[in-house]
Amino acid sequence: MNDYIIKTESLNFVYDDEDSDIVKQATSPALSDVSLSIKRGEYVAILGHNGSGKSTFAKLLNMILTPTSGKIYIDGVDITSESFSEDDMFDIRRKIGMVFQNPDNQLVATVVEEDVAFGPENLGLPREEIRRRVNSALSVVGMTDYARHAPHKLSGGQKQRIAIAGILAMKPDIIIFDESTAMLDPMGRRDIVAIMERLNREEGITILNITHYMEEAARADRVVVINDGRVVLDGSARDVFSEVSYLHSIGLEAPQGNELIDELRSAGLDISGDGLTPDEATETLFKFLSRKN
Amino acid sequence: MISDITLGQFFPGYSPIHKLDPRTKIILATAFIVAVFMANNPVSFLLLTLGALVLVAVSRLSFKVVFKGIKPIILILLFTALINVFMTSGEGTPLFELGIIKIYTEGIVRAVFMAVRVVILIIGTSVLLTYTTSPISLTDGIESLLSPLKKIGVPVHTFAMMMSIALRFIPTLVEETEKIMNAQKSRGADFTSGSLVNRAKALIPLLIPLFVSSFKRAEELATAMECRCYRGDKNRTKLVKLEYKGRDILWFLIFAAALAILILTTVLPYNLDISGQIYEIVFYQI
Repeated sequence: MNDYIIKTESLNFVYDDEDSDIVKQATSPALSDVSLSIKRGEYVAILGHNGSGKSTFAKLLNMILTPTSGKIYIDGVDITSESFSEDDMFDIRRKIGMVFQNPDNQLVATVVEEDVAFGPENLGLPREEIRRRVNSALSVVGMTDYARHAPHKLSGGQKQRIAIAGILAMKPDIIIFDESTAMLDPMGRRDIVAIMERLNREEGITILNITHYMEEAARADRVVVINDGRVVLDGSARDVFSEVSYLHSIGLEAPQGNELIDELRSAGLDISGDGLTPDEATETLFKFLSRKN
Repeated sequence: MISDITLGQFFPGYSPIHKLDPRTKIILATAFIVAVFMANNPVSFLLLTLGALVLVAVSRLSFKVVFKGIKPIILILLFTALINVFMTSGEGTPLFELGIIKIYTEGIVRAVFMAVRVVILIIGTSVLLTYTTSPISLTDGIESLLSPLKKIGVPVHTFAMMMSIALRFIPTLVEETEKIMNAQKSRGADFTSGSLVNRAKALIPLLIPLFVSSFKRAEELATAMECRCYRGDKNRTKLVKLEYKGRDILWFLIFAAALAILILTTVLPYNLDISGQIYEIVFYQI
C-alpha cells in the first residue's frame, strides 16, 4: 500500500503533430512541470478553463497518452518506466476508470446491462462474476430497473449513470470524471455529483473531478487549478476560492457567494468569513449585518 | 419523418422462434433458402408454402406484418412475372396468340413459380431472422458461426464489433441528423422542395457536419473503449454466451425432416402436361 495513489514528478507533455489534428485542445506544450500527489481516497477537483491541459493530465494518468518527460506513479508503480508492459497497462486502466463528457460517445452496446458488462468482459472475468458485478454496479447508480433498456432512449443523466456503472464494474481504485457533468441538465448534474460523493465516502474510491463548474469544485476536499499546463493553485476549496482576484486573472471565477463577498469587500465593507456555498454566504452576510446593528 | 426508420424491423416477442439461438436461426434460414431454390414442381411449392405459413403461425407475428414486408416488391414481382409469361417460349401450340405475342403454358408456370419462390423466400427468411432476432444477437450469432475463420486470420471479432457499434450508433446519428437539419432549416435551408439536383445539393451542408461529428465521436468512443480495457477479443469473455438448447436440436430435426420430404418431392416425376392441364382449366375458367 502506498500513501499516494497518484504521484507525478515534473510531468511534461507536448502534443506532436500527428496527434494535434484530432486530440489537441491546447496550445502546446499542453502540460509543463506538473508535480502532483493525490492520496488514496481523496476527493479532488481539477479546475481550469478549456485548453488548460486538465484533460490531457487525465489521459496521461491512464496511459491513453504518454508523457514527453517526467514520471507518473500509480499506487507506487512507475508507469512511465521502460519495462512497463502492455499487460501492466491494462491493469492501470482497470484501476483508473474514466467517465467522459459526452455520454453517447462512451456507450458501446445496445442494451444497458451489456454495456456495463463491456469492461469486465474485456478483463476476461468468468460469466457469473460479470453478472454479479453488472447487477451491483447498476444498483449503486440506481439503474437496476433499466438493465434491459436501450441506452439511446435514456436521458443524458441516466446515460451518464450507465457510463459510471460500466466503470464501477471494473472495480477501479480511482475514477476520473472528465467534465462528465458538462452536457447534463441541472438535475442530471446533481445526480452525478451525488453519486461521485457517495462512491468517495462509502466505497473509498479516489475521485478526480475535472470540471469548470465552481460550485461543483467547491464541494471537493481539495482543489487543483491548472492554467496553461501548470498547476497554479493547490489546496482546500476554502483556500483556493479565497483567491478571487487571481482566479479572475486566469479567466476563472469563484463560487457566487465568494464572488459576492469579494465584491462587497472591494467596495470597502469589512466582512470576515467565506461564501463557499450559498448557505455559508448567507450566514457570513447575516453575521456581518447583525454585528453592524 | 426520419425517426420512423426502424432498424431491421425486429418485433420483440416470446414465441418459440424468438427463443431460438441466433445461430440456429441463421442455419435454418440458409437451409430454407436452399429448399426454396430446390423446389421445382407444384407439390414441392405447395409444401414450401405450407412450411412458410407454419413458420409465420409459430412466430406469432401477425400475417399483416409479414405481408407488409412483401408489399414494396409487389410491383417488381408483377413486372418480372409478366416478362416471364411473354418471353418464355414452349413446345406445342401457344395458349394464346395475338400478333407476335404468344403465351405458352411453360411461361405461365415459370412466372407463377418465380413469384411464389420470391414471396416464400422473403417470408421465410424475415420470419426466421429479421422479425424475430434482435440485431445484436444476430451479430453475436454471425460472429460465433464465422469464428472458425479466425484460424485463417479473418478478423471476425473486429467485424462483429464494428457491426454492433454501427447498430448502436444508428439512433444517435439519426438524432444528430435531425438536429443539424433543424439548424439548417432555421437558417433557411430547404430539403423538401425543388428539383432533384437542388435537393441533393441541399444535403451537402447536412452531410459535412455529420461526417465531422462522426469522426469526433469515433475518436471519443475509441478512447472510452481503451479506458475500459478493450483490446480486441484477446482474453475476452462474454456476459451472454450462446448455447444450443433442446429446442434448437428439435428445430434442426424438424427442418431436416421437412427438407428430406421436399427433396423427395423434387424427384417426383413431374409431368408438365398434367400441371399444364391444371393451368389450362384455371385459365379457361377465368
